[in-house]
Amino acid sequence: MKRFLAFVKKEIYHIARDYRTMMILFGMPVAQILLFGFAITNEIRDANIAILDQSKDHVTEKLTNKLLSSGYFKLDSYLQSPDEIESTFKKGKIKLVIVFKEQFGEDLFRHNSADLQIIADATDPNTANTLIYYTQSIVRDFMASFNVGARPRIMISPEVRFRYNQNLKGVFLFVPGLITIILMLVTAMMTSISLTREKELGTMEVLLASPMKPFQIILAKVIPYIVLAFLISMVVLLLGYFVFGVPIRGSLALLLLELLLFVLTTLSLGILISTIAKTQLVALLLSVMGLLLPTILLSGFIFPIENMPKILQWISVIIPAKWFIIIVKDIMLKGSGLDMVWKETLVIVGFALFFIIMSLKKFKIRLG
Amino acid sequence: MRIILYMLQKEFRQIFRNRGMLPIIFIMPIVQLLILSNAATFEIKNVKIYFNDFDKSTYSARLKSKFYQTDYFQITGESINRRDSEYFLEKNLADIICEIPPDFEKDAIKYGTAKVFFKINAIDGMKAGLGVSYAQNILESFILEVNKEISYKLSPGAYASTPKNVIINYSNWFNEKLDYKTFMVPALLVLLVTLIGGFLSSLNIVREKEMGTIEQINVTPIKKHQFIIGKLLPFWLLALFVFTIGLLCTRYIFNIPLAGSLTVLYAFASIFILAIMGIGLFLSSVTDTQQQAMFVFWFIVVIFILMSGLFTPIENMPVWAQNLTRINPLRYFMEVIRMVILKGSGFSEVKNHFMIITGFAIGMNMIAVWRYRKKS
Repeated sequence: MKRFLAFVKKEIYHIARDYRTMMILFGMPVAQILLFGFAITNEIRDANIAILDQSKDHVTEKLTNKLLSSGYFKLDSYLQSPDEIESTFKKGKIKLVIVFKEQFGEDLFRHNSADLQIIADATDPNTANTLIYYTQSIVRDFMASFNVGARPRIMISPEVRFRYNQNLKGVFLFVPGLITIILMLVTAMMTSISLTREKELGTMEVLLASPMKPFQIILAKVIPYIVLAFLISMVVLLLGYFVFGVPIRGSLALLLLELLLFVLTTLSLGILISTIAKTQLVALLLSVMGLLLPTILLSGFIFPIENMPKILQWISVIIPAKWFIIIVKDIMLKGSGLDMVWKETLVIVGFALFFIIMSLKKFKIRLG
Repeated sequence: MRIILYMLQKEFRQIFRNRGMLPIIFIMPIVQLLILSNAATFEIKNVKIYFNDFDKSTYSARLKSKFYQTDYFQITGESINRRDSEYFLEKNLADIICEIPPDFEKDAIKYGTAKVFFKINAIDGMKAGLGVSYAQNILESFILEVNKEISYKLSPGAYASTPKNVIINYSNWFNEKLDYKTFMVPALLVLLVTLIGGFLSSLNIVREKEMGTIEQINVTPIKKHQFIIGKLLPFWLLALFVFTIGLLCTRYIFNIPLAGSLTVLYAFASIFILAIMGIGLFLSSVTDTQQQAMFVFWFIVVIFILMSGLFTPIENMPVWAQNLTRINPLRYFMEVIRMVILKGSGFSEVKNHFMIITGFAIGMNMIAVWRYRKKS
């Protein structure tokens, strides 16, 4: 046991000595979660618009005021002629042009109907869609106040309840994903690199010649990384909880157990990589190209999987992180218990077994 | 001049000798563009909706059929049991539950007011927000339809009593089909160029350091600026080459026509790559190993990407964050490439961007040259 602890201690020294990497390992998730929590939102406020008012009557004036006081829009400029629309868009500042046709107010009173044209800069489809919807509902509201006498006979009011994330904060989606990526980065990538480094530098020979069993050597090597990974994910959890109010609605014990299970999976994956790779660079490339990128792109971390083409959806099935993110999201945000996530848990257990067996098969005591 | 040429010769030999590099330069960009453009999408379609119809009336059936008619919604189920709908929501089988309460039709006709409940899985805030907008829009059109019918029934042909109405026509310019790839692909080109130019330049000097070969260069009479130019130029050309491949993909694989001028685009790309490489060179001179350089560069690039407006518009950020993006070179290229390719903006519209990025390029490279020391 004492010998084993000495091995663990050696590894801790190794890790702690490279302070630049440590700073990045702790700094990166903190910086990212702060950015996601404070800076990155999909909520649209104060979108710059331009107005082309060819009618200039009191109705268009009122509607303009109503649009600009909604908080969604900010007036960039009044246009004088339709020719200016395109050149204004090209300057890149405005997102929307609202065009009142000539005799807008007169049409409305005489024929009970007037035309309003909205032109959106659709280079960003989501923003364009949202802005058009905002305009439509503001105009509808406006008309309702106009038609006070002739109130519609039937009113159906929608009652909207946002579940799990009432204020539609982006950081809710981000915290589970970030924890997953960090566990992956620290356990799989760092372990695979540190194991291959010993091989590349020739110090693995020294370790293997010690009276310790190879299994113990590996165990001693990975324990500090497990602790590190846990520490960082706790930082993320606490930051999410205290700064942004990301709740942990389910059982904390279950969450930690699932965390442990996932760490086991990624660790065995890291060990597997290190048995394949001979140099640090290869291990690095394998973990970045084969692990990190697919995990970031195809795990549902940022991009919803269900919108991807079928092929990518199939590929995503073999990415352990995908299943883990579902579990963490369900436990943290929805308060699900094991009865809701047992299927996903079983999938991860399967992955873990597969990687462990594979790396045991590949592991050789003798080098070269 | 001759010294620089020798440096170039040396660098190019090293690049092309490395068999692993060639596929990275030639094939990776295309593969990345293809995968990223398909995977990195926030396009929102097929919002999954589940109905709890407790009314089972003509009105409720008509409202539901309105949802069936649009492409936005995909109906995943219906029941008169709240536990079923909750299960669907919790298992991600439904994004929205639409609950039509009992006596929906009766309330509407008799008292003139009725309610519909929407329960939304809001973990993905953007999807939830747009989903609700879609749903409310459908509800509005249903209300309009029903009201028209009723007023027609009560007094056929009476135009005076029809409420005043504004007919809204909307058009989506520059991307009529609201295709998300059209939005993403040009910006992904920026990402590609940044990764190639930045990684190669940041790994380069540090590699010579790690291998010890930098000592050999240090003892030659080469000047600082000659060394830096010799290191920069090959990767600058490579990055421009990758940019060209990417542009060809944009035009011929993704069928996104180039609305603006190619000259403006290339001019900006050339300066932008210089700026990114300046950052890479600087990192290269302050780190000791390739692994460190890679970690640091990765860290910076991730923040640059998040703050560049690639996924979420910069205008939505709070003011302090918007100000922060001013020191992000990626932001300017993202804006320029989208403006030039999609909207056809010309030089006069992106003049300011040009000035800023030129400042960046000069500043970063000056710092890199200053920081590089021949003595260790």
